[in-house]
Amino acid sequence: MLDPDSGLSLTIARIVQRLKGSSLHSQLERQARVSPVRLSSEYFFILTGWEKKLQNAVYSELNVFPSPCHPAAPPEHMKEPLAYMRKAQGSWEKRILKSLNSMCTELSIPLAQKRPVSEQKELLNKWNEMGTDEPDLSLFRPVYAPKDFLEVLMNLRNPNYENGEHPSFRNHLGLIQVPLKVKDIPELKEDFSELGLNIGQLGIDDSAQVPPEFFENEHVRVGQKVLAEQDSAAAQQYVRQGCPTALRADLWALILNISNQPEDILYYEQLKSNVIQHDLLVDSLIYKDVKLTASNDDYYFVFEDYLYQVLLCFSRDTAVLEHFTYSSATPPRSYIRGKLGMEEYAVFYPPNVNYNSFILSVAPLCFLYHEPSKLYQIFREMYVRFFFRLHSISSHPSGIVSLCLLFETLLQTHLPQLFYHLREIGAQPLRISFKWMVRAFSGYLATDQLLLLWDRILGYNSLEILAVLAAAVFAFRAVNLMEVTSLAAAEAVLADLSTLKVMPLLQIFLFATVT
Amino acid sequence: MAGKVKWVTDIEKSVLINNFEKRGWIQVAENEDWNFYWMSVQTIRNVFSVETGYRLSDDQIVNHFPNHYELTRKDLMVKNIKRYRKELEKEGSPLAEKDENGKYIYLDFVPVTFMLPADYNLFVEEFRKNPSSTWIMKPCGKAQGKGIFLINKLSQIKKWSRDSKTSSFIAQSSKEAYVISLYINNPLLIGGKKFDLHRLSLYKLGFCRFCTVKYTPSTSELDNMFVHLTNVAIQKHGDDYNHIHGGKWTVSNLRLYLESTRGKEVTSKLFDEIHWIIVQSLKAVAPVMNNDKHCFECYGYDIIIDDKLKPWLIEVNASPSLTSSTANDRILKYNLINDTLNIAVPNGEIPDCKWNKSPPKEVLGNYEVLYDEEMAQSDGPDRDLRSRPGQSTGVKGNRARDSGKPVLTTWK
Repeated sequence: MLDPDSGLSLTIARIVQRLKGSSLHSQLERQARVSPVRLSSEYFFILTGWEKKLQNAVYSELNVFPSPCHPAAPPEHMKEPLAYMRKAQGSWEKRILKSLNSMCTELSIPLAQKRPVSEQKELLNKWNEMGTDEPDLSLFRPVYAPKDFLEVLMNLRNPNYENGEHPSFRNHLGLIQVPLKVKDIPELKEDFSELGLNIGQLGIDDSAQVPPEFFENEHVRVGQKVLAEQDSAAAQQYVRQGCPTALRADLWALILNISNQPEDILYYEQLKSNVIQHDLLVDSLIYKDVKLTASNDDYYFVFEDYLYQVLLCFSRDTAVLEHFTYSSATPPRSYIRGKLGMEEYAVFYPPNVNYNSFILSVAPLCFLYHEPSKLYQIFREMYVRFFFRLHSISSHPSGIVSLCLLFETLLQTHLPQLFYHLREIGAQPLRISFKWMVRAFSGYLATDQLLLLWDRILGYNSLEILAVLAAAVFAFRAVNLMEVTSLAAAEAVLADLSTLKVMPLLQIFLFATVT
Repeated sequence: MAGKVKWVTDIEKSVLINNFEKRGWIQVAENEDWNFYWMSVQTIRNVFSVETGYRLSDDQIVNHFPNHYELTRKDLMVKNIKRYRKELEKEGSPLAEKDENGKYIYLDFVPVTFMLPADYNLFVEEFRKNPSSTWIMKPCGKAQGKGIFLINKLSQIKKWSRDSKTSSFIAQSSKEAYVISLYINNPLLIGGKKFDLHRLSLYKLGFCRFCTVKYTPSTSELDNMFVHLTNVAIQKHGDDYNHIHGGKWTVSNLRLYLESTRGKEVTSKLFDEIHWIIVQSLKAVAPVMNNDKHCFECYGYDIIIDDKLKPWLIEVNASPSLTSSTANDRILKYNLINDTLNIAVPNGEIPDCKWNKSPPKEVLGNYEVLYDEEMAQSDGPDRDLRSRPGQSTGVKGNRARDSGKPVLTTWK
């Protein structure tokens, strides 16, 4: 075990190292050079407003990167400490790659090719209305569906752990069979203490003690103060009680440390020109994904064109590769034609794509940001902080495996009769809730409710709330669910979540249930 | 309860019939005794025509005012609003105040409009002031986007009038009259698409209709009606029409989007101004409406919002389409009819025109009382002006049907 002091100094060293390479550092250097008066560095920072910017940058680093491992540990431990998880993720990646490659062969399309000039021009012209295009994509098939991924997670086993053939009270009766530590309700109560019954929440309008307007007005006033201070840490604490709609876009940007500087806009334009120059096989898959999901969605269809722009750029953004240092996933590699197996010709391909309707994690952001470059940066940051964990196999508490296990454990512990009933009729609850969690409830909840939920993801820097909400939805519909006798009937009871109010459900489940 | 309401309808729509049946009402034929008739606008024209001389008895109500067209015909609506403004000006009402450019500060909510052919000269004068403007031509009596086209040159009007003369002998009769309105060429775009707020608008449960093609203000696209007209009837013919959501977005989504991207203040102001438009348009036709206690009306307002978040009244419909184009639409319309019936026929009892009570708060459903005429009258026009920005307008309800006054509630 690492002693706290050396852990701290390692963390500091890493952050210093990372900040040195950032644009903030070069700006700061420039500023220091032109500054006419020589001040002590302390005053310089405070006077020029750099103190806050640096603070926010450090805070952001601390939020994103895990605490360092022991210096002697191999680098893959930072990705994922458990060997069997690493192995499972590795074979899952191989499977996806194989499916992608065989599609290439079948359709005889290259993974990537340069577009002819005429095609480049055409694409540039219709950049803002790609949704009107109707290419024939019937030959392309989604690389995998949520249920394929669930199947993989169900088959995960820890080789050092005896599962036992027969179910007993010690066994986990759910679909996930790996022993990971997940929180129980008392621990969750402590973690999510700001969601308590006696604390004002946006998204609940029936507080007994104070009239809701009173809390709302006060909360808006505090929110404006937080924004004026430009303090990431304060913003993160603040959004735990929910964001007022009008302040959400700015507060989220502050928490994610996104400022949309001219160089960020330039960077986005570069990505755009990459899209225009090169045609990737994954473009068609993205296209198909958008057509299948967002174009038909009552909330999101309006933003169809934004989705193409953001996703096509995202697939080519090499800055996203950085998150693989702390993700259990490893980007697939491909070799330049004729140079198969030669390391120096290896390229990452496709730099980043997830094939699991992950567009649904962009769509709600379109309600908040109408400039494409800002929308893009917010999405990318949300992805490298949170959403990648929903698509890769890891033991992280916010990873999809832990979320599934947390959901099943909560249900099994607090609604044992319901859990048993559903299991008996062949409607394992996770079979229904998996798609909600893997999409962070996007496309299931009404947008205002979804944003209130994501406020808490940002506020607690954790996805665990997704599993809690999934369990709370089952609890809410428990009476009806006890009456069903088939998986299809259970699915029907839970088909429409668009009328649910997220915050009351969470509060009741966490704080009003006798434990 | 005295008895079951006997109903008739000439519109065979499930959203209506399901609502009647839910209340346990009894269907009867048109020539039998009925209490409640949900009729099309054609039928009301016949029922109230001089020839039939039909008189409604105290226990009968219908869903239209006999002269609803004062508001729902494009030309008459504009005429009534123009007259209303002039009258207020004559009275020296503060509502008719103008700014330094001679524009009404509070009453400039309809795009500049002329009748054709009657006001042709006035139109030419206006057009010459701003020759690069685009105008939209609409036949007065038609609906669902039929016969609509855009022009940006005077020669196009001349050609139109020549063509229509040669094609028909009665071309200049009032039936073929057109209105020409300044086209709002800076509409608010969301996701690059144009939309309008449609019908029964307002808060939770209305919807916005979106064009399926990207909006470009360039004149080369003038012929592509899909860009400009948001009517579902028109958009349905476009290749990009989607049958799941039908290009419709709920007003709560619009509000969420605007509040998130533009801020709370301007969004609230926009929605208050839309309320204002509805109230003022109803006040404009109040003097010419028959005060008939047998009637209630559920108007649908079409409103376009420009990029400065100013709402413009485009037209009003007497009979909101009850055809449901999508699943959401169907739920919305079912609820609309449900709420309408709760107000028009409280408790589902056999109606009595001598009723004169305000609807209790519980039956308002998703309706929101915009304006209480009795309360407003006791205060005079100053109250109107004060209530314009922001305050909730009128809390106490006044029933639409027994007042015989225009609908005082809007559906949120």
